[in-house]
Amino acid sequence: MTIRTAALRLLPVWAVLFALLLGMFFVLLAGAHPIEAYRDLLRGAFADVFGFATTLVKTTPLLFAGLGVAVALRAGLINIGAEGQIYLGGLAAALVGLYVRGLPPLLHVPLALLAAFVAGGAWALLPALLRLRRGVSEVITTLLMNYIGLYLVGALVSGPLKEPGAPYPFSPPLARSAYLPTIIPTTDAHAGILIALVLAVVTYVVLEHTPIGFRVRMVGANPPAAAYAGINVGQTVTLAMIVSGGLAGLGGASEVMGLKHRLFDAFSPGYGYDAIVVAFLGAGQPLGVAVTAFFFGALRSGANIMQRSQGVPVAVIFAIQGLAVLFLAASLAVRHRIFRWGGRSRQPAAASPVQAAGVTDPE
Amino acid sequence: MATPIGLAAMGGVLSERSGVLNIGLEGMMLTGALAGAMGSHFLGGPWMGTLAALVAGAALGVVLAYLTVTLGANQIVTGVGINLFALGFTTFVERVVLRPAGIEAVPSFAQLAAPGLRAIPLLGPLLTNLTPLVLVAIVIAPILAVFLYRTPWGLALRATGEAPRAVDTAGVSVFLVRYIAVAASGALAGMGGAFLSLGQLNLFSENMTAGRGFIALAAVILGKWNPVGALAAAFLFGAAEALQLFVQSYGLGVPYQIPTMLPYVLALAVLAGFVSRAIPPAAEGIPYQQEEQ
Repeated sequence: MTIRTAALRLLPVWAVLFALLLGMFFVLLAGAHPIEAYRDLLRGAFADVFGFATTLVKTTPLLFAGLGVAVALRAGLINIGAEGQIYLGGLAAALVGLYVRGLPPLLHVPLALLAAFVAGGAWALLPALLRLRRGVSEVITTLLMNYIGLYLVGALVSGPLKEPGAPYPFSPPLARSAYLPTIIPTTDAHAGILIALVLAVVTYVVLEHTPIGFRVRMVGANPPAAAYAGINVGQTVTLAMIVSGGLAGLGGASEVMGLKHRLFDAFSPGYGYDAIVVAFLGAGQPLGVAVTAFFFGALRSGANIMQRSQGVPVAVIFAIQGLAVLFLAASLAVRHRIFRWGGRSRQPAAASPVQAAGVTDPE
Repeated sequence: MATPIGLAAMGGVLSERSGVLNIGLEGMMLTGALAGAMGSHFLGGPWMGTLAALVAGAALGVVLAYLTVTLGANQIVTGVGINLFALGFTTFVERVVLRPAGIEAVPSFAQLAAPGLRAIPLLGPLLTNLTPLVLVAIVIAPILAVFLYRTPWGLALRATGEAPRAVDTAGVSVFLVRYIAVAASGALAGMGGAFLSLGQLNLFSENMTAGRGFIALAAVILGKWNPVGALAAAFLFGAAEALQLFVQSYGLGVPYQIPTMLPYVLALAVLAGFVSRAIPPAAEGIPYQQEEQ
């Protein structure tokens, strides 16, 4: 790895730093001191065991869903539907947790997770089929299905799944045997983060070191060449989308089984949309996604403390995330241009989402 | 009901016809809704608010154009970034500016008196929010259609989306055409947003567009990249939204989410059924680069 490629690898870091710098301007607007606000943000995310536990809790769904978006990205698909897939995964896990009774945790938990994976995958399958069969861009269909998933869960917890007499729309608690265990006593931190980390490693190994992963990357990099090489592009795209949705679905399941223990209306505060940022800034690499998810989990966790102590609304971190994406997209495009001028690359800048996301094979 | 989606969809048509997919419509609408409310409060009245929304939407359009046209950044990723930024930014401004100042209701558009229309049985009571912006939307559609199909500028815009190299060869700047189209697209989306905060309601609330910009993207496809078609498609989605209010007001005992889902399900069903016959502009999504010297 030359110095130049190392510098390019760090582009996401620069984008985030630049966005944080601009974020200071918003902090000032809110009438707070930027340095103090960021200090409180850091403290909130890491200073004590509760802050750190909250950081882990917020990292978990971002990591699951971010891995999902990354898998699709590597296959050349933009899955903006992680939010909807999170809802479907949460719903499936809740159904298994509510209605399957009498199983030991060692069976109940995997069963609920499996159901969530299947439900999330099914939610992503429709956009994949529409793209392959009817040529409809998965960008629009996954976006629309986010809202359908959100309202579907809302309708169910307001109707058939509603706890009788509950003041808000939520379901009765799941069976204890479907709870994900707590990993730091007296905090909310649950085993979902461990499952997510294991899956990050598994996704890395499968993508980089197995024939299936090679097919996915080949289809993402150059579909015509992949087809010429005898790879079934449609099948690979479908598989990648199902796995992508399934991973996001597990994010929903871990929220329900590890944190809330009930199915709530609108239980995801936009984790599925943040997951796009996470996957993109993580350059579609599972390990990069893990680092980015942790970073944004910390931001979300610390921002709550910053809101309380400095009066800076949490919304500021969404603006910062948006800016980071814009900076990275811009810098990647400029990078392609520089390469082109240098005669290194003949490809049009950012022609495919994979190239646009700066996804490169780690050679 | 159909107006905000229709305005944004017509914006989407302009942008996509010039070769730029504008996923950022949602964020531009949301920013327009905020700018509309603030403009109406601080600058004096809903028309000034609408103007502010147009400017705010166009400004975001210029940002999108700079990133995707000048720098050649990926259009989808950039659009997603704009939506995220707009959601965070507008929520932030609502919390630190509007709320502390106690700004809740802002001056909004008066309902048009249309006694004839309201007398129509069943449909009449659904024609709520009949504000001047509805008429503006209905007037803009044919004007845009004439512009696109009957003027040399319209031809240049359509050609830019199909064969930018040819446009460049003819001495027309592809960059300039795309900048103007995307800025206009943002302005129209912004006006759609202003309709929400100044026509349908008289205030800005967090994430008040709730995905209408994405439905507008579906309306662009369903309307086959034609402004009149896009507005007609928006009426279909608007009708689904109106039906939702109808179901709710008659209290049929179903959770409100079921009818709320309707426009999204309809958009998806329509895309699944219709798109094989609709072909987007050939150069959509591809950044244009001039030949190397």
